[in-house]
Amino acid sequence: MAYGGRCVLPKSENAAALEVRDLRFRYRGSTEQALGGVRLRIDPGERVALVGPNGSGKSTLLKLIIGLERIQTGSILVYGHPATRCRHRVAIVPQRQDVDWRFPITAREVVLTGRYVHLGWCKRPGSEDYDRTHAALGAMEITELADRPIGELSGGQQQRVMLARALAHDADLLLMDEPLNHVDLATQEIIFHTVERLTASGKAAMISTHDLGILPMHFSRAVFLDKSVIADGPVHEVLNPQKIAQAYGFEFHKTWSRRPHG
Amino acid sequence: MVDWLLEPLRYSFVVRGLIAGLLAGLACGALSAFVVWRRLAFAGDAIAHSILPGVVLAFAFGLDLLFGAAIAALVAVVAIGLVSGHATLCEDTAIGVVFAGLFALGMLLMSRVASAQDLNHVLFGNILSVGVADLAAMGTVVVVVIAALTAFRKELVATSFDPTHAVAIGLSPALIRYGLLSAVALTTVVAVKTVGIVLVIALLVTPAAAASLLSKRLARVVQLSVLFTIIATLVGFYASYYADWSSGPAVVLALTGCFVLAVLLRRARSTRAATNR
Repeated sequence: MAYGGRCVLPKSENAAALEVRDLRFRYRGSTEQALGGVRLRIDPGERVALVGPNGSGKSTLLKLIIGLERIQTGSILVYGHPATRCRHRVAIVPQRQDVDWRFPITAREVVLTGRYVHLGWCKRPGSEDYDRTHAALGAMEITELADRPIGELSGGQQQRVMLARALAHDADLLLMDEPLNHVDLATQEIIFHTVERLTASGKAAMISTHDLGILPMHFSRAVFLDKSVIADGPVHEVLNPQKIAQAYGFEFHKTWSRRPHG
Repeated sequence: MVDWLLEPLRYSFVVRGLIAGLLAGLACGALSAFVVWRRLAFAGDAIAHSILPGVVLAFAFGLDLLFGAAIAALVAVVAIGLVSGHATLCEDTAIGVVFAGLFALGMLLMSRVASAQDLNHVLFGNILSVGVADLAAMGTVVVVVIAALTAFRKELVATSFDPTHAVAIGLSPALIRYGLLSAVALTTVVAVKTVGIVLVIALLVTPAAAASLLSKRLARVVQLSVLFTIIATLVGFYASYYADWSSGPAVVLALTGCFVLAVLLRRARSTRAATNR
C-alpha cells in the first residue's frame, strides 16, 4: 500500500510504461482461466485500444494492473516497478456500473478525490490540490457543473468528471474501462482530445472498448485480447474484417479457449 | 411551558438519561449517512442483535454490561467480515445466519441466568436507567466515533463512491469497511441504553433516510441526520417522562415522524418545481 506521500521510486531509463509478463488469472470458484498468459508492452507516449469480445478478460487485466485483484502468476510492471508500490503513476476510469452514482457528492468533490493519492491519511487538501482540481474541471469544460451533485449529471457529463479526476491524479499511465458507453459525441471528442494531449506529453494510455468503429481515427495501436493477446499492432491490421467476424462468432471462442496454454 | 420543560431536569437520573440520549443521537446521526449509503443497514441490525449474548454473560459474571456488549459487538464485526469473504454465500445470507445464531444464544442464556425484568431494558431500552459510569463510557465512544469520522472522511468518501479508484490510489475498501463496521458496533452499544437492541437500527437508518430526501450534499445530510436524531431523542425523552411511554419506541416513532415529514416536504418541493417550470 502506498497511499499518499511522494512517489520515491525512480522511473528507470527506457522502462516501459506498462510491462505485462505471462499473466495468468483464475477467479476464485471458477474452473476457467480469465487470463491465460498475457504478454504486453506499452511505451511512454503510446495510445492503445484494448479490444476483445465480452468476457475476454479486458476488465480483469485492468483490475490486476491497479491491484483490485491479486496477481496469481506472472508480473506487471509500471515504469519498471510493481504498480502497487507507487500509486501515483496509474489512474483509472472504471466502468460505469462500478460507481455509486447516487452517492451524495458534487462533481468538484469527485475530482478532488483524484488528489487524495498525493495526500494520504489525515492530510487535508491544500491550495495546490484545489488549483489542480479547478484546472481539471476547466480542461473537461465542466466548470459550471462543479457544484452539482454527480447523480444529477448526464452520462457524458459524469464521464467528463471521471476523466477530470484522472487529470487531477496526474498519473503517467491512464487506464479507461469502456469510457465511451452512454456518452454523447461531444464528450467522446473531448475524451479523445484529452487522451491525445496526454500521450503527446509522454504519458501512456490504454483504453478498453468494444466500439470498434471509432478506433482507427483515434488510435495507432490496438491490442486484441481474448484470454491472451491474439493480435497486437496497427489498428487496421488488428481489426481486419475477418478477425472481427471471428471475434464475435462462436468458432473463434471455442478454438481459442481450448488452445493448450504454455 | 419552560417549567414544563425544566421540571424533569430536577432529578439527576433524568438529566443523565437526557445526556445519554443526546450522546447516542449524536453518534448515530453522524454515522447514519454512511450506514445508509454503504448499505450497511442489515449489518448494523445484525451487530445490534449479536450484542445480547455479551450482555447476558457480562450480567452473569457481574461485569459491566456495556463492556460485555462492546466485546460481543466487535466479535460480530469480525464474524461478519469473515463470512462475507466467502464467495459461495451472499453476504446478507451469511450475516443473517450469524446474527440469528448469536441472538438465539443470547435469548437462551438470558432465560437461564437472568429474570426477564433484569435485562428487559437491554432489549427495549430505558433512558431513565443510565448510571454515571455509563455516561463516561458513552461520552468516550461518541468522541472516538466522531473523531474517526472526521479524520477518515476523505477515505470513507473515496471508497464509498468508487471502490475501483480507491484501490488504484492505494486504499483498501475492506479495511475502511471494517473500520466503519467497528464504529457502527460501538455506537450500537451506546444506543442500546436509550432505544434497546431491537430498535437500534432505526437510529442508524432513519435519520439519513429522511435527510437524504432533503439534500444531496454530504455535509448537509450528516447535519440534518444529527438534528433529526436529537429532536427525536428530546420528544422521546419527554414522552417517556410525562406519558410514561417506553423511551425506545417513543424515540423511534418520533424519528419515523421526521421521515414522514421529509417525504411530504420533498413532495411539496417537487410539485412546486413542476408548477414553476
